[in-house]
This record gives sequence, C-alpha cells and structure tokens, in this order.
Amino acid sequence: MALTGLEIYKQLPKKNCGECGTPTCLAFAMALASGKGSLDACPYVTDEAREALDSASAPPIKAIKFGNGSVMGDETVLFRHDKTFYHPTTLLIEIADTLSAEEVQAKLDEIKSLEFDRVGLHYTIDGVAVVDASGSPEQFAKAVAQVAAGTERSLLLLSNNADALQAALPGVADRKPLIGSATEANYEAVVNLAKEHNVPVIIKAEGLDALADLVEKAQKLGYKEFVLDPGARTPSQTLASLTHCRRLAIKKKFRPFGYPVIAFTSKAEPLAEITEASTYVAKYASAIVLKASAKAHILPLMALRQNLYTDPQKPIQVEPVLHTVGEVNENSPIYITTNFSLTYYSVEGEVEASKIPSYILPVDTDGTSVLTAYAAGKFEPEKIADVLAKSGVADKVNHRNLIIPGYVAVISGKLQEISGWKVIVGPRESSGIVSFTRAM
Amino acid sequence: MAVALVKERYQSKVGEVVIGATAAEGGTRTSVIKVGGDSTLPFLHFEGKVENRAAIAMEVTDVPPAWNDVVKSHFGDVINDPVAWAKKCVEEYNADMIYLKLIGANPEGENRSPEECAKVVKDVLAAVGVPLIVIGCEDPEKDNEVLAAVAEATSGENLLIGIAEQDNYKSITAAAMVHKHNLIARSPLDINICKQLNILISEMGLPLNRIVIDPMIGGLGYGIEYAYSIMERARLGSLANDKMLSMPMICTVGYEANRAKEANASAEEFPGWGDLNDRAILWEVLTATGLLQAGASILLMRNPEAVKLVQQNIADLMEMNA
Ligand code: B12
Ligand code: SF4
Repeated sequence: MALTGLEIYKQLPKKNCGECGTPTCLAFAMALASGKGSLDACPYVTDEAREALDSASAPPIKAIKFGNGSVMGDETVLFRHDKTFYHPTTLLIEIADTLSAEEVQAKLDEIKSLEFDRVGLHYTIDGVAVVDASGSPEQFAKAVAQVAAGTERSLLLLSNNADALQAALPGVADRKPLIGSATEANYEAVVNLAKEHNVPVIIKAEGLDALADLVEKAQKLGYKEFVLDPGARTPSQTLASLTHCRRLAIKKKFRPFGYPVIAFTSKAEPLAEITEASTYVAKYASAIVLKASAKAHILPLMALRQNLYTDPQKPIQVEPVLHTVGEVNENSPIYITTNFSLTYYSVEGEVEASKIPSYILPVDTDGTSVLTAYAAGKFEPEKIADVLAKSGVADKVNHRNLIIPGYVAVISGKLQEISGWKVIVGPRESSGIVSFTRAM
Repeated sequence: MAVALVKERYQSKVGEVVIGATAAEGGTRTSVIKVGGDSTLPFLHFEGKVENRAAIAMEVTDVPPAWNDVVKSHFGDVINDPVAWAKKCVEEYNADMIYLKLIGANPEGENRSPEECAKVVKDVLAAVGVPLIVIGCEDPEKDNEVLAAVAEATSGENLLIGIAEQDNYKSITAAAMVHKHNLIARSPLDINICKQLNILISEMGLPLNRIVIDPMIGGLGYGIEYAYSIMERARLGSLANDKMLSMPMICTVGYEANRAKEANASAEEFPGWGDLNDRAILWEVLTATGLLQAGASILLMRNPEAVKLVQQNIADLMEMNA
C-alpha cells in the first residue's frame, strides 16, 4: 500500500543536505511517494527507518505463490465494490494417504477431469492436498510421490508431523508445494524445513491470539512465506476468523496477519460441503481444502468464485468483430447481439447447437447485456446499422436478413429502415434459438 | 498476545419488518416472520446483533409453472394444486413462508379474474399457518387489479405483496396501505433507483418498516456479482443510517438460478459439467448462500433439496462466533 509523502518524511533524517539529489528531505519524500527514485539515494537513513518504510510500503497481505502458478493473498480491499478482489480462492482437493494406490489413481483421474468450459471461460481446479491420515511418514511420502507423478497441478502436503513432511518434501521440492502445518509443537522444524526448500508453509494455531504469537515466533526464524490457519472448523467461527484476519491486515496493517488465510471445511457430505465452502469463497478465504471432487459439485463453486473475483469495473467482454460458428457460407444466418461475454456466449452456445453455420455480430455495448445496453442507449438501430455496414458481412452472404434479440423487438422497424436489411425478431431467450431455426 | 480485533460500531441497523399476523393481531397465521433488524454485516455476531434469521419462502404458483423437471419432480401431483403444494412446502420442507405467484392472471395465459386470484390466496391461507408473500403475473396493469383484490380479501393478514416498481407503484402501495400489508419495492440493480422508489412509496404514507427491497439479482454464473455488490453497498448504507436503504432485502433465487443453462442442461449434453441433479441443486444453493453473505433477508426458492441445504447454512451461521 502506498505511503504518503508526509509519512515517508517522518522517517527521514531531516538534514536537508541535498545529497540525494533533491534539495530537501521533504522533496525527496514526495518524490518517493510518487514512485520516483529509491530510498538508497539517501546515505543517512537509519536501518530502523528503512525497516519501517519497507514494511509500511509492503502490501497489506503478502502474495504467496506455490506450485503450478497458484497465487494467494495480495488483496487490498474488504469489499469487491471498493476496487476488486484479485486472486481467486485457490481450491485444493484432498487425497488421504490411507487410500490404496488404485484409489489414489482414481481420485487423480477424477481431479484431472475437473476442467470446465462455460460462457467462454475455462476453469481448472488448482491443486491437490495430500493429507497424512496414516500417521506413517513412509506412507505419506509414498502417497505424495504418487500424487506428484500423477498430476501437474499445485500440491499441498498436509501433516502435523515434521517427520512426515521431512520424508515427503525433498522428493517434490522442485514442484514448490505448499506445506503444513507448522504448529506450536513443531514450528521450528517445519518452518526451517520450508525455509531450506524455499516453499511456503501454513502456520496453524487455535484461535487468533495464539496464531499471532506463533507467526511472530516463526518470523524470528528468518522466514516469511506463510499461509495462516486460525484453526476454526465450524462455518460460523471460520467466517469470523477469516473476517478478522482480513480486516486486521487491511484496516490495521497488523503484520502478523499480513498473509493469505486457508480454510478447511467441516462437512463430509459433498453438497453440504460445497454449500459451506461457498461462504468462504465469498468471505476472504485465499485457499480452501475440499473433499468433494465430482464435476457437478465443483463447477458451481468455481462459477461463484469466478463471479465474485470479476473486476466490477470491467465486465468480461468479447471482441466486437464478426464471429463465425461452423463452416459459414453465403446462406449463413446473421445474429446480432452485444459484446457482453455472458450474452455473447449464451447466444453462441445455442447457435452452435442449431448446427447451422452462422455469423454472430456482437455490437460494442461496453460489455453490457441486451436490455441494459438498450436502456442505456448503447444498442440503438443507428449504431447497429453502422456496425453491420462496417463488418463487411454484406459481401459474405447473398441474403439481407438479420436476426435480432427478441427483447429488442421494438427496434426492428427502425433498424430495417436505416440498414436496408430485413430484420427478423428472434426469440427472447437464447434457449429458443434452436427451435427458432427449425421453424425458419 | 491478545490481538485487538477490529469491531465496527455502526450508527444504525437494518430495519425490521414483520410479515403475517396471528389471531391476536387480526390475522389467522399460527406464526409470524420477522426479518431484518441486524446491527452488523451478515452473521458477524461478534460485533453486533444478528436479530433475525434469514427466512426462506418457497415458491408456489396458482397454475402449473413451466419449470424444469429437476425441480418439478420433487413435487409430483401437488404442482397442479397450490393448496396441496403450499402444505407440502410447509409440512415436509419447513418453508418459513409461501411465495405465491398468481401467474394464472396473465392476460396472455389463463387470464383469471382478480376475484379468482383472491380466492386462491384465501385457500392457501386457510391451508397453511405460515405468512404469505403474494405477487401477480408481472403484467403491470393486470397486477394492479389483482393485487388490489387480494389485498382487500386478505385484509389484516399482513402479507408481503408486490411488486412496486418505479413506473408502477401507486396503486399497489395504496392497496398495501389501506389493507395493512407489507410491500416489495423492486429496482433494477441500482442503488439510486432503489432509494428513489422507497422515497416515493413512503411519501404516499406507507411506513418504512412495511417495505422490503427487491434489488433484482442475477443468478450464479449470470451476473450474481452485480447483485452481490449492490446488496453489500445497500447493507452498508443501512448500517450507516441511510434510512431509504435500510429495509431488508428479498431475492428471487429460485427464478434466477433455474434460468441458468447449468441448472437445465443434461450431463449427456454437457459431459464436462457432470450430473444435472446435483448441479442444479447447487446452482440454486450457491445463488442463495452467496447473496446471504451480501445481506439477503428473504430467499425465494424452488428446489426442496436446495432449501434444505440453505436452511442448514443459515443455521450454521447463526451460531455465535468470536
Ligand atoms: C445485471 C444488470 C445490470 C448491470 C449490467 C450488467 C451488464 N454487464 O450488462 C448493471 C448493474 C450495470 C445494470 C445497469 C443498468 N440497467 Co440493468 N439489468 C441487469 C439485469 C439484472 C441482468 C442483465 C443480464 O446480465 N442478463 C443476462 C444476459 C445474458 O441477458 P441478455 O443480454 O438479455 O441475453 C439473453 C437474451 O437477450 C438472448 N439474446 C442475446 N442476444 C441475442 C441475440 C439474438 C439474435 C437472440 C435471438 C437472442 C439473444 O440470449 C441471452 C440469454 O437468454 C437485468 C434484469 C434481468 N434480470 O434480466 C437489468 C435490466 C436489463 N437493466 C435495466 C436498466 C434500466 C438498467 C439501467 C439503464 C438503469 C439502472 N439500473 O441503472 C442501467 C444502465 C447502465 C449503463 N448506463 O450502462 C432494465 C432494462 C429495462 C428495459 N426493458 O429496457 C432491466 C431489464 C431491469 C428492469 N426490469 O428494469 N444492469
Ligand atoms: S540525502 Fe537524505 S538527509 Fe539529505 S536531503 Fe536527501 S533525504 Fe534528506
């Protein structure tokens, strides 16, 4: 988070000697605040001031990276409408080391299939959490090795036993797994292990007071790649803990909680578990460990995550150019829609299902839906006619028929008049497109 | 080390609305539902009072609805009989309220008369003890007639009726005032229109504690994020003492969630999406639980399996936290 010039100035030596290249300490502070120059230019800053400025200018929640491109934390707001949420909750699916090799493989196959395409977006599950349920370091290491060999996704090695982590980690350290958990009882061994292999580590304690203490102790080991687990295991307490951590990090810059927080579900039944997890996706979990792994259960959770982590300032949009579906020819129908990705892909999916090669022309409505755009004057006949003319589609087909969304039937007359094309009013919902084409 | 937690002190709280009336209060309900009243963000018991549990009203229509089979299959024959259907929702699924939609009034459909509609409402009232939410067929002119008749026929029952919108609020507001019912005020995902409408309605004389906000929502995967943020802002507004935003919010969860392709397309059609039944349930559940975190007070739902899961989510989150 950026510091103001005045906040920086307070930490400077106030000698006004000009050796930094600016005439006064205040001018230097102002320059730093606006991102120009570096603190190193002043030969007189004290180590304390440097430390204070470094930590004050660090982001409120540290970004923690692990595995195959997983990033947690680095959030700056409590409410998405204040700016946006940046790093979607990392979803990890649990595999217990007590499963047989075949069972582990079956689970890995299922996890591998957790890739979804909907409305033009591709979702994948982030990773696998191998859980020490056996209590045997050998067995844990063996399961970790099998999982690592069987998936490309990010890994979490989860055991409270430092020996188990010690046994499993070296073989997969190049995959940069997240490991955990460091507790009051084992933290020195576990944090030092993480430090040695340069992997992030979960710090777990029962309750926030104990957690803050443990983080401070762990930091004294000279390492800061942490993820927090406040130990809550009921939905209500987990919601409270996640909220406290986020608020303290953002509103108070409370350093011990300046890390991402991981949540664990308590429900065993998959639908109940996804229901529980949805609360944590909405309220501040940077990662969640799940038992559920069926497509039908994971897709809805991923959709919620995707929605809430969309930047409120920028609706997801498609390029407002002429799109084709299938092997188009001179008879292909032409559908007019908007460039709001949700709208466009709802239409594209149905046009595809109609099995008729077609053109779709999304009008640039700043990424708004049909009626929102119409109500805001961004889907006017003049504009559509203009886009149509510029698209060059007239040269590609030997007909002059346009299909418009049923919700804007009112513009058909005017559009027909201005464009010179015959305007056909389509169904209101895109789900009607297939039967509409049959009737055409 | 004792960590000094951040506990917000809000100036105000969400307004409380009471729906239904017992015999002692001039109605015939065996229980009433109170919503709103919270003095904190959703379920943060540690900093304020979560006065009332969020309520679930199950949707019942006067004529059989064009819903998908995933949802319809739960109800079997009762879907042809609003009275039996409402009873099933209350007795089997523990619905807090019934959300009765009078779609039979639609001039392009069965075009039922206001009197016929009022009778259905009376019949449902006679069959169940929980409070009722009643809306029309979403044809503004017809609804004005229908709801006037319903409001009169059920005078004293303290229903929640709707829908008042910016360009059509007067006659329904008058009906709610004269016959002492609560009113749903709907605005299209817009804080300013929402406030404006509440001002217009209250200027007509309906007290603020008789209004429930329908902020309009998008379902999961189809714009829920817009509703989420509008609702979160409205909730913060009400806590900051913005009186014209301080009413409890009602969300058309079942309707929006079940419009989604993901709640309708079979696994054969979309193998990548997995089993339809569970997917459809969760589509409705996550629309509800997501919006609960943004401040929803009344969830209008359809699928009984989804209702059960959301009831559990609410019960879990009503446990105290620190
Ligand atoms: C989310 C939303 C918003 C979001 C914008 C989201 C976005 N990126 O577009 C926000 C909050 C910003 C917004 C703002 C406004 N909105 Co608005 N909004 C909605 C809402 C709730 C959902 C819209 C949506 O995303 N639908 C989903 C998409 C996929 O639907 P769609 O684009 O229509 O596409 C479907 C069909 O049209 C069809 N289809 C699409 N293309 C084609 C093409 C062909 C050929 C065919 C056959 C079919 C077809 O397929 C799709 C799936 O079925 C609707 C109400 C509702 N529940 O529908 C109101 C609604 C659209 N909004 C409305 C209004 C008035 C506005 C505002 C002007 C006023 C306001 N509320 O402030 C502003 C305008 C803002 C601006 N200046 O740009 C009104 C429009 C009224 C009207 N009939 O003209 C609506 C209907 C609400 C209402 N009942 O009053 N809105
Ligand atoms: S070099 Fe340091 S002490 Fe000298 S003016 Fe610059 S900031 Fe101030």
